[in-house]
Amino acid sequence: MIKLFSLKQQKKDGEASPRSGNQKKPSAAQLRIAKDINELNLPKTCNTEFPDPDDLLSFKLIICPDEGFYRTGRFVFSFKVGPNYPHEPPKVKCETQVYHPNIDQQGNVCLNILREDWKPVLTINSIVYGLQYLFLEPNAEDPLNKEAADVLTNNRRLFEQNVQKAMRGGFVGGIYFDRCLK
Amino acid sequence: MGDSQDPLNKRWDHLRKILERPGPFCHPEFEPSPEILDFIMTGCKILVIGAGGLGCELLKDLALMGFKQIHVIDMDIIELSNLNRQFLFRHKDIGSSKAEVAAAFINKRIAGCQVTPHFCKIQDYDESFYRQFHIIVCGLDSIVARRWINGMLISLLNYEDGVLDQSSVIPIVDGGTEGFKGNARVILPGLSACIDCTLDLYPPQITYPLCTIANTPRLPEHCIEYVKVIQWPKENPWGIQLDGDDPQHIGWIYEKSMERALQFNITGLTYRLVQGVVKHIIPAVASTNAVIAAVCATEVFKLATSCCIPMNNYMVFNDVDGIYTYTYEAEKKDNCLACSQVPYTIPIKDPAKYKLKDLIELLCESASFQMKNPGLTTVIDGKNKTLYMSTIKSIEEKTKENLSKSLVDLGLRDNSEVMVADLTSPSTMVLKLKYLVSDVEME
Ligand SMILES: [Zn+2]
Repeated sequence: MIKLFSLKQQKKDGEASPRSGNQKKPSAAQLRIAKDINELNLPKTCNTEFPDPDDLLSFKLIICPDEGFYRTGRFVFSFKVGPNYPHEPPKVKCETQVYHPNIDQQGNVCLNILREDWKPVLTINSIVYGLQYLFLEPNAEDPLNKEAADVLTNNRRLFEQNVQKAMRGGFVGGIYFDRCLK
Repeated sequence: MGDSQDPLNKRWDHLRKILERPGPFCHPEFEPSPEILDFIMTGCKILVIGAGGLGCELLKDLALMGFKQIHVIDMDIIELSNLNRQFLFRHKDIGSSKAEVAAAFINKRIAGCQVTPHFCKIQDYDESFYRQFHIIVCGLDSIVARRWINGMLISLLNYEDGVLDQSSVIPIVDGGTEGFKGNARVILPGLSACIDCTLDLYPPQITYPLCTIANTPRLPEHCIEYVKVIQWPKENPWGIQLDGDDPQHIGWIYEKSMERALQFNITGLTYRLVQGVVKHIIPAVASTNAVIAAVCATEVFKLATSCCIPMNNYMVFNDVDGIYTYTYEAEKKDNCLACSQVPYTIPIKDPAKYKLKDLIELLCESASFQMKNPGLTTVIDGKNKTLYMSTIKSIEEKTKENLSKSLVDLGLRDNSEVMVADLTSPSTMVLKLKYLVSDVEME
């Protein structure tokens, strides 16, 4: 049991005690993200881009699926890691317009671990794998783009054609998609 | 002679009975003395973070207990809805700074008390501000702010060869309330469980699956979340970020979520619920604030005077149905990201010649580290800097030129800290560089 202050050593009061080498320390979020980033183990279809190497809290993930409906496409996601990481998940948006049942026109992504199922033990790597999986197995049961989900459920062939059309750049169901072939 | 020594002044007699006589519950090293009351009244500097529901209670309690050197920090302004429980504020104060009005009220009402207000964010001040206080009391409603101040006080700890210098410990007394539930805790940074050690105690915000709120809403909350998360960024009615304190914004969200609720036949959507969901408000109960603040103020008094052993270390209080209270010892986590980072000292003979790649070689080859792919970061002049990371191509390319620079050229100084992440350790490790030549010799 320590006794914190003895009246004899009334420290402080203006004269800041010269603590050797007191530099500002990185936040817990910073320490954790450094570890997450250093240990990223990306599948060969994924790549990261750090515009500023000193800022590990904001970066892009590029996914180029090599199988499934979306092979030959190139999709960019932005990651923003907040000060409450890993207590809260990073904010992830899809920057590429994509015809996908689980991604909407504003880039919102419906992936459970990005919201309701996030846990602090999960890492950036878990999210990368989750996103990659969305391209391999689009999920019509949890749709954000309901029309795409309906097409996927009722006519897989048409869905495949729509994905191709969107990736080449063009209209699908009245919405224009930018070309995103790699 | 201070106010406390004046024999004609009976105002503090009740405190004298505690501070000038020994007793069975005293700290083993407690020495009764009139000087202790003097310390409270003249020497002891307390910082109260937050001047809201808990903050008003804390300021009143501490000031009436005899503390005079009190600072209070809060970035918020007073709103009409605060007035039912934040009793230092009046209707005319709406729109003014909470910290400033609270300080002025206490100073006017309690003779001799000098509360200094700070109308800003806690993040606006650096370590030189926080270091001046003996004890910090928090009445906060945000986990981010709690973690920030926790990290700040941990960064003020001074380790000599891995041993904590106890005079660098600034205790935190933290209170929190949610409706009829509350908690109070004492944190001795570096010695007992910190905010990050017990992060699991704070439940994450309730979030709903995006696809549910987009397609199959069932609750009024789903409609509000939809408007907040999807419709606002899409339509962006005022071209700015959603501000939960702006009545116009809340009005817009209310109107749009109402439309959506009607469309899906969902009932129970109210303006208050919109406010609650957007701002994550939990209704505040005045009596809970009073109980928790009283516990916190008592702990501050115990810590400042050593007249009694402080609470060990976490108390929960619940009067939803009857009254329940319980105190237990929250445990310090061995791998806590915030407080277990005891820096590992690395002596450097010639920092002007010692290159970053020499340091990395040491980390990989020395028997005590045996790292695989260490990623090194640091903080220079308050800014994060990535020194080297080999595993990410885009970072490797931009940082590889650092490898052949000396530690001095990289801006690292004697006692600078380098953070090292590697597969071989469960969390990021902190190295403290110890230059064996003085800075002067290097010039
Ligand atoms: Zn801790």
